[in-house]
Amino acid sequence: MHKLGLALATLSLMGWSMSAVAQDDERFITLASTTSTEQSGLFDAILPQFTEATDIEVRVVAVGTGQAFEIARRGDADSLLVHDTAGEERFVAEGYATERANVMYNDFVVIGPGDDPAGIGDAETVEDAFSRIAEAAAPFASRGDDSGTNRAERRLWEAAGVEPGGEWYRELGSGMGPTLNTAAGMDAYVMADRATWVAFDNRQNLEILFEGDEALFNQYGSLLLSEERHPHLEHDLAQQWHEWLLSEDGQQAIADFELKGQQLFFPNAK
Amino acid sequence: MTASDNAFSTALALILGLDDTLLGIVSLSLQVSLTAVLLAALVALPLGAALALWRFPGRSAIIVVLNAFMGLPPVVAGLTVYLLLSRAGPLGQFGLLFTPSAMVVAQVLLILPIIAALTRQQVEELHGEYREQLQSLGVSRLRRIPTLLWDARFGLLTVILAGFGRASAEVGAVMIVGGNIDGVTRVMTTAIVLETSKGNLPLALGLGLVLLALVTLINAGAYLVGETARRRLG
Repeated sequence: MHKLGLALATLSLMGWSMSAVAQDDERFITLASTTSTEQSGLFDAILPQFTEATDIEVRVVAVGTGQAFEIARRGDADSLLVHDTAGEERFVAEGYATERANVMYNDFVVIGPGDDPAGIGDAETVEDAFSRIAEAAAPFASRGDDSGTNRAERRLWEAAGVEPGGEWYRELGSGMGPTLNTAAGMDAYVMADRATWVAFDNRQNLEILFEGDEALFNQYGSLLLSEERHPHLEHDLAQQWHEWLLSEDGQQAIADFELKGQQLFFPNAK
Repeated sequence: MTASDNAFSTALALILGLDDTLLGIVSLSLQVSLTAVLLAALVALPLGAALALWRFPGRSAIIVVLNAFMGLPPVVAGLTVYLLLSRAGPLGQFGLLFTPSAMVVAQVLLILPIIAALTRQQVEELHGEYREQLQSLGVSRLRRIPTLLWDARFGLLTVILAGFGRASAEVGAVMIVGGNIDGVTRVMTTAIVLETSKGNLPLALGLGLVLLALVTLINAGAYLVGETARRRLG
């Protein structure tokens, strides 16, 4: 009796476990996107509205922009929402996507320890701020992961005429959140997108030291992937998502999203 | 200090609150890891026993490889499964990437060597004791496999628990092949990584404590079952 009960319990546990791998037949698309959109809570706010309007579920894989491109290139995502306009245009030129559109923007901010050892607080431009960090050889934490933010940061060093390297320039090879955690731990300067920064809780001494330069503009774009390259993808559903993002409803949903009383993404589809 | 203090109260609040999202994450963690352990054990137990009983050329090489693969880095397992299941990969047509099935496959790859290698070692020792007796009874090698596995069952329970521990604790593989999709492939470990990267350290550590409590509970259950059975046998 005892044995039978144990066997039954084991069997039902197994059955319950295996049920997780059963395929469901919901209508869904897989969206490769960036960590900033996911971690700020934007998707939690706007996806339910899209699902309600269209009955399509959106499954978000949040990675760095470089990895998001790679996922889409291999045909593992139905749709792409990233923030590297130059890279996005190249993606279209290479034939992996048929269309790219502006969806929304925000900006990057330069963050550092409150006592600002490199004195970037009163810099005129972001290039100036970056030069001061390099001159002071103050610790700077770089993503170093080929993400959209990392690509933007490298362009700014180039514009500042600095070849970053040496003891003070620390390439971490990790996402925005882990990079902020590390920067907080070693009192380093770091460039972050505003959405991730506002959502970030473990700030310790870090604060925004420089912001507002036009060069810190951060544009997000949505891409329609090529049906020719990957015919198996859910192109019809992905198109509905793309169009909804650009529609009045989608743009309004983005504008309505606030975190800690701040609007984090500004719709700019025209 | 405050972060860890908060973590305990956060963990307690998480458990007592029985929030739907957390419940979903916890069940998926258990489902994926238990399925992986079951599938891995189905292959690895007979495989380990067979390696213990037969002598054939290349046997030592297989044993060395199995032992080495006990230390397979989870990210490498994850990357391998990713490349296999990706649409551009050989098994792409099944569309398994970013599903719980993909996570099960990755975990099987991680724990199969552990269960097989440890089973081989346990059964070989046991066989050393029983060999003459089994030979005199004229039991064929194939028939000895179930006999020896059954006789070694208490030791093998620990082996399987070691596999389960590795499966439920790893994050590198399930992050890559599952994608940490909210409500679909988010498990305890990937949720901890996500909260850490949001800088929400108390919540991350709180989730860690919940995971630890869960694994302890499962181990306690397995220990109890094992002990009860052992005592009955006298």
